Amino acid sequence: MITVENLTKRYSNTKTAIENMSFTVEKGEILGFLGPNGAGKTTTMRIITGYMPASEGTVRVDGFDVFEKPLEVRRRIGYLPENPPLYTEMTVAGYLRFVAKIKGVHSANIGNEITRVMEKVNVNDVRDRIIAKLSKGYKQRVGLAQALLNDPPVLVLDEPTIGLDPKQIQEVRELIKELAGKHTMVLSTHILPEVEQTCNRVIIIDKGKIVAVDTPHNLRSQVQGADQISLEVEGPAGEVVAKLRSVPGVADVKTVAQSEGRARFQVESQMKHDIRRELACAVVQNGWGLLELHASKMSLEDIFIKLTTAETETEAVAVPESPASTDEN
Amino acid sequence: MRNIAAIVERELRAYFISPIAYVVLTIFLFLSGLFFQTMLSQILQMAMVQSMQGAQFGRGPQPMDMPGMVTSAFLNTMSVILLFMIPMITMGLFSEEKKRGTIELLLTAPLTDLQVVLGKFFAAVSFFLILLFATLLPVAVLYIYSNPATGPLLSKYLGLLLYGLALLSIGLFISTLTENQIVSAVLSFGTIMVLWLVDVVAQRAEGTVKSVLTYLSLLSHLDDFMKGVLSTSHIVFYLSLTLFALFLTYRSIDSLRWRG
Repeated sequence: MITVENLTKRYSNTKTAIENMSFTVEKGEILGFLGPNGAGKTTTMRIITGYMPASEGTVRVDGFDVFEKPLEVRRRIGYLPENPPLYTEMTVAGYLRFVAKIKGVHSANIGNEITRVMEKVNVNDVRDRIIAKLSKGYKQRVGLAQALLNDPPVLVLDEPTIGLDPKQIQEVRELIKELAGKHTMVLSTHILPEVEQTCNRVIIIDKGKIVAVDTPHNLRSQVQGADQISLEVEGPAGEVVAKLRSVPGVADVKTVAQSEGRARFQVESQMKHDIRRELACAVVQNGWGLLELHASKMSLEDIFIKLTTAETETEAVAVPESPASTDEN
Repeated sequence: MRNIAAIVERELRAYFISPIAYVVLTIFLFLSGLFFQTMLSQILQMAMVQSMQGAQFGRGPQPMDMPGMVTSAFLNTMSVILLFMIPMITMGLFSEEKKRGTIELLLTAPLTDLQVVLGKFFAAVSFFLILLFATLLPVAVLYIYSNPATGPLLSKYLGLLLYGLALLSIGLFISTLTENQIVSAVLSFGTIMVLWLVDVVAQRAEGTVKSVLTYLSLLSHLDDFMKGVLSTSHIVFYLSLTLFALFLTYRSIDSLRWRG
């Protein structure tokens, strides 16, 4: 449905937003774009939707080249930009009516069409309210309703859950799953559970380049080689680290937190075999107090950080634990 | 065509939801009433003085196109007031879209850039026409109490309309350059003012420079219309200026896409 070939976008000679990017999206597939802020997610989406032209490379949607047949492509795409493009002085219904008109919905069908999308995203109860007075969650849904008008086969959603509270995030995800199958979808996010929950395939991009493309499941097993074990020990941190490192099968030990004689360590094992027993023995034999020990599976977040920080080894990267804590910007 | 109409409709609604339309209309109507009254009484006084002088020297009353003089003076003043009002009409056309991010909706909808530009332009023109119609109110008073020649009056209005189109298109272009409405308004006002005052500079220049500067002056082309004279060269001047500014707007939207 969407074919992207050797896509490059340069804003100036020095600033390259995306470089030589190629991928395809099959019909009915949900593709997740994952990457830190500024990685080029929005730029890629803007090129696919025909908002901006690429410096090099081609994008085809349903066989139409974005640059040569922009109107054909735009007719087939519903696009929700990062900031929902709302005329806030209008009512919800009035706004959707306008968008329906510029999207070429037949005049006789406009009423039915806006009712359909309002029901779909559940904003029917505020149809006559001024958009400016709505909560952020409602605004986001009105933005989504706009993208759904005229039932486009392709949906491009840029950070659809940004700035929403956990309950609203859940609602939007449910909606995305509901729309799956009928629409081909490209969605970007920097919230990882979202990708795990909604997407068939993930593209991880960093600094304008594709770092990995795979299903969330495969991505996980790909990097799974190293299991992580979290330990909390009462004892002299320096000695504990030295001792833990000497345990066979340990690849790396990091001190995550330290306070009043106790410290938390992150141990990475080299092989697939379980070294929890050896670790526990090592601690106990030295007379230190073992307060906690658990194996933590690598989440997509860890994989993501691993992939995007491959070159610059960072000390301890704090991994946010809940989706709510990552959507602050 | 339907796409353009949708944009015009939305833009006009937005004018009347925001206070801008009411502020502009109120001030414009107040000033037009005030100036019409002033012009009317001045010219009446002038006519009275002339007829008294005529009587002293034993001549009959001189023929005088009173209504024509009033409309010329009145509409000339209106052209100056429009100088201030038109930037208010055009300031938000594109800058607000850029600021709110709605430009992304317009530029990814199945619309051509030309449709977007024309939609915006016609919206501003529609609002300007409301202002222009408002000036017909005092002029109608002349029709009640006197007998103005309609031909010259039409030529005056045609001049004012073309002059308005040129100013609107300049304002439209400038609103694509910034996402700040105030900057857009001040910049438009400055640009229009320069094109207006070029006349003054031209008086001190010589030769080709003088003729070029005089030609560029927005106001000098209005003079003939106000005398009731229709001249193709002036019509061409305003229309080409309008088309040029619309073309710049179109190009500016294109460059907006490239820069993102």
